[in-house]
Amino acid sequence: MPLTKKIADNIIYQDTIPAGCHWSFVMPTGYTLRLIDIEGGTNVGMMLYNAQQLLERLNIPDTLKCQHTFQLTTGHCLYSDMGRVFCSITHDSFGWHDSVCGTCDRQLVETRWGKLTYQQSHNAMHRNGHDGFLIELAKHGLGKKDLCANLNWFSKVIADEQGNIRLEKNTESSAYVDLLFEMETLVILQGAPHPLDVSTEWPAKPFHYQILETKQSSSDFTAVTHRAENQRGLLNNRLHHLNCCRPESSEEDA
Amino acid sequence: MTSANNKLRESALKIENASYRQVIDAGNYWMHVIKAGQTLRLHDLEGNQAADMLFYNAHNPTERYSAVDTIRTQLNLYIQLGTKLISTENNVMLEVVADTCGQHDTLGGACATESNTVRYALKKKCMHACRDSWLLAVTENDQYQMSKRDITHNINFFMNVPVTPDGGLTFADGVSGAGKYVELVARMDVIALLSNCPQLNNPCNAYNPTPLEVLIWD
Repeated sequence: MPLTKKIADNIIYQDTIPAGCHWSFVMPTGYTLRLIDIEGGTNVGMMLYNAQQLLERLNIPDTLKCQHTFQLTTGHCLYSDMGRVFCSITHDSFGWHDSVCGTCDRQLVETRWGKLTYQQSHNAMHRNGHDGFLIELAKHGLGKKDLCANLNWFSKVIADEQGNIRLEKNTESSAYVDLLFEMETLVILQGAPHPLDVSTEWPAKPFHYQILETKQSSSDFTAVTHRAENQRGLLNNRLHHLNCCRPESSEEDA
Repeated sequence: MTSANNKLRESALKIENASYRQVIDAGNYWMHVIKAGQTLRLHDLEGNQAADMLFYNAHNPTERYSAVDTIRTQLNLYIQLGTKLISTENNVMLEVVADTCGQHDTLGGACATESNTVRYALKKKCMHACRDSWLLAVTENDQYQMSKRDITHNINFFMNVPVTPDGGLTFADGVSGAGKYVELVARMDVIALLSNCPQLNNPCNAYNPTPLEVLIWD
């Protein structure tokens, strides 16, 4: 980690991303990323890539179907397309996060909230999630072909029996979610509004993130391991890490 | 609210007028250009067979079918009669114009050897999977300059993955049956990439993968 002096207890680094803005960084194995909805009402779009092999990326369909869930909350793992766990959700004060609505683009933002350019209002301009993702992806040599379904933290999307969907935003300040990483992961973040947000006023809100030293691994959380699928996913991670340091070793069946 | 019955519509097209017909065995892929205005029919010959499909702009495959943009645009999770398939650039790629099945999935993705290790057992890792068929397709057909990066979130025609109001998601027994079909009109020139699903570990193919037929009308 770049900082050796701890800020408080186990918090190694923390920062606030202003409303609508984007950022990216690498999370090492064994550390927790805490996302905090400071004011209530933010939406944090996220995509994940294996920092060592960028072709491996978050796969929402695999994540949902292997855990038989439409919502994401405590105990769920976020899976790559290679059957490995990027991270598990170890704590969640909100309880239901969306992963099927994608993000807003320039056209949607202009139609719903009007065009507000940099020239007009400098860094208070209206940013969109699609461009935010593309900018952060490009920093790592990635592009449009690497866009895939993203997470939308602090946005609850409910489906009725017919499959019609609607958004419920978080309204409480200081809601948080903890992600404990199980492999070195490129984290792409942007805070543009959720694409189903129909607020009349521009709804982007800042969010805060902390990187925490964590003495436990996802295998220590029964909320994670009560699902046999997650035990097998975490076993795939162990094979992956073993293979990294001992290329001659062979896999053993579970 | 749409009822089950008005989600169904039979096609007026006659099979003898189709310009192209091909039977695709389970475990195989089919990659074919469909021109704007042409109609593609996927025919579930023996019933309960998942057709895993991806679509790309034939002139720029970086633009491709987007499950999340399709869901966001129609504010509904399921592919059904009237659904417009939306691309990553927000263009309409194809539109469902006839359907005797009623509902198709776009949340469950495709089976892969790696996800089989998580869902079932590590020893399942060498069972044939849709993603393997697609990886062979994009590698063999190098004229399209596609790769693993182009293998993204697909549609599962004839597959039933209901989401419950309390947030559950299950692979239910198929809603399809022998002879059911779905028809789409292309609104742009597209590359269609089909995997006839070889999954044997869940009911998506009724544990018995069977052939599909694809038909095209000009």
